[in-house]
Amino acid sequence: MSVQMSDVLLKIATLLYFSSMAGYTGFLFTQKKLYQKTGLFLIASAVLLHFISMAVYTLSHRYFPIQNLSQSFSVSAFALGCMFLFFQYKSDLKILGVFASALLSVIMGIVLLIPEAPVEKNEIFKGFWFYSHILLVFMGEAALALACGTGILYLLQEKGIKTKTPGFFFKRLPSLDFLDDVGYTCLTTGFALLTIGLVTGFIYAKVIWGRFWSWDPKEVASAGTWLIYAALLHLRFYSGWRGQKSAIMTIIGFFIIIFTFIGVNILIGGHHDTFTK
Amino acid sequence: MPDIILIGLNHKTAPVELREKLSFTGEETLAALEFLKKDQGIREGLMVSTCNRTEIVFIPETDNQTEKDMTGKIIEFISRHKDIDIPQFKSALYIHEGDNAIRHLFRVASSLDSMVVGEPQILGQIKQAYRIAVENGSSGVLLNRLMHKSFSIAKKVRRETGIGDNAVSISYAAIELAHKIFTDLSEKSVLLLGAGEMAELAVEHLLSNKVKEIVVANRTFKNAVALAEKFNGKAVKFEEREDALIHADIIISSTGATDYVLTHDQVRPAMKKRNHRTLFFIDIAVPRDIDPKINSISNAYVYDIDDLKNIVESNIEQRGKETVKAERLIDEAVLKFQKWLESLAIVPTIKALNDKMTSIVEMECKKTLAGMKHLTKEDIEAIQRMTQAIASRTIHDPIRFLRNTGDHRDDSLYLNVTRQLFNLGDIGEE
Repeated sequence: MSVQMSDVLLKIATLLYFSSMAGYTGFLFTQKKLYQKTGLFLIASAVLLHFISMAVYTLSHRYFPIQNLSQSFSVSAFALGCMFLFFQYKSDLKILGVFASALLSVIMGIVLLIPEAPVEKNEIFKGFWFYSHILLVFMGEAALALACGTGILYLLQEKGIKTKTPGFFFKRLPSLDFLDDVGYTCLTTGFALLTIGLVTGFIYAKVIWGRFWSWDPKEVASAGTWLIYAALLHLRFYSGWRGQKSAIMTIIGFFIIIFTFIGVNILIGGHHDTFTK
Repeated sequence: MPDIILIGLNHKTAPVELREKLSFTGEETLAALEFLKKDQGIREGLMVSTCNRTEIVFIPETDNQTEKDMTGKIIEFISRHKDIDIPQFKSALYIHEGDNAIRHLFRVASSLDSMVVGEPQILGQIKQAYRIAVENGSSGVLLNRLMHKSFSIAKKVRRETGIGDNAVSISYAAIELAHKIFTDLSEKSVLLLGAGEMAELAVEHLLSNKVKEIVVANRTFKNAVALAEKFNGKAVKFEEREDALIHADIIISSTGATDYVLTHDQVRPAMKKRNHRTLFFIDIAVPRDIDPKINSISNAYVYDIDDLKNIVESNIEQRGKETVKAERLIDEAVLKFQKWLESLAIVPTIKALNDKMTSIVEMECKKTLAGMKHLTKEDIEAIQRMTQAIASRTIHDPIRFLRNTGDHRDDSLYLNVTRQLFNLGDIGEE
């Protein structure tokens, strides 16, 4: 009964994510605030339903729905939705919703499409360190996804101004400084969350397997991703890598995250692969 | 049906010398309104006078056949008041009547008739003209309605077309760009290279956007100091301009130099020193002051006068496309207004009043008689006759009053009131 309920709620949330994309597309073309407000409201409702769906699932199964690939995607969409709402509230970069709603729709579309793998209950995937690790890493990566989104917006605006051909996006996007600022906030927030997330992961590994580091492919890839973002922040601080360079780096960084998220498990394997079955 | 007549001249029909001569100041406008009010042949009137146009809109009395005379009278008034012979300006005047007058007014309010199509000031000027007319009691039911419709159509045009979207002047285009590069101009510093008239103009525009600091560098240091003083800024020696780059965000250059005053090799190291924060160069000098190669440095943007002109031109082109949409909206509004005007005629109003009473009587009779099955056919007919009689007697006097036109009274006022009192439907409303 409650299994069905969580599934139905998730489907409704998916539908809301899709409709929010329609709202934001309308906003992109017409620039009417009503469309943007509708889109934002739809995402907020979707995130709420998504949360209830996961809560119902957790209560009825006694574990968090992150046991296979479909559930992992679903959680990442939830994290993205939360982070988007947070940054929307914080910076009011309205146009970011176009990117967020599109990405949310793509992820939820994948959740709908991939077959639900049977969940093998694994006793080791629980506990404070496990959940902190999952939660922080997903939230961090969601923030970095939004940094990538603002990076794309930055490049669109920058290209128009640099080549002196203000076009479709000139009116629709805010100033370069503002995009850079929001991107930087997303970047530092994401990096901080990711760092703590990785640390809790190490602690969890120590608790379960008795060692912090086990050269698991995903561990290596994650450490690599972390180093790239650390390098970007360093360059920004000490070599003035702002604006265009920073935007390009956040986009590349996000593609590496996507690879770490799915690619490593599917292509190489390792002890994280349960989540992507 | 009352007619609407508009007499005027604008930047298309009259050269600036003539427009200046025929422009009415605030006090002169009051005199003109007084004239319109006093004249027996004019029921309502108002005047719009800006630097680009002088227009008089009025409603002549319908009962006397003096419409043509009235335009003549107004032209005479202008000639007398402005002390200018009629032949000197008659050819610059346009006279629109009815539909054309309404359309012209709507186009003016929507800024389609402006010198710079889409400029936003005209609506405010028209609102002001209307307010003065209302205060002086020269405006009445028709003009009130007409003016309010012109405000709403102007807003609609602005909202639904891109007519006011893009900058169509060079300084405005530059400021718009600055807004798309920097978040908050009030935190940004401006460096002026050159202290000429051009620099002064540019800064005046920027100052209305409140910048943090203005620094002036000029070959003749005295002039730099003078200009800096004027804008509460700071003057530096021209040789210090490279160091000034470190703290400036927007550089406006307008020197008379024949060579570049800032080169790629000068800006690159400065960029490093300012930790690659964004620099925006606006080069309004001819020949150019700023090396265009600087644009290739990351986070530096260089716009010269031609770049800005190109943007302005493509924006103007874009506005041209939007005017087609705007004209359609205006045509719709003119039709609606025309319908409302027609509804103010006497016959349709009386008919609508009759129809309303008849339908009320019929409905009420039906309701009551349905519960009185014991009545004979004759009884029913008698009751129906009686109720009809009550209805027609009730509206007999109002109808007679409406039919009895003349006496220099404002028919449209009473017709409008009748329509509202009896809720006869307002044709032309949205």
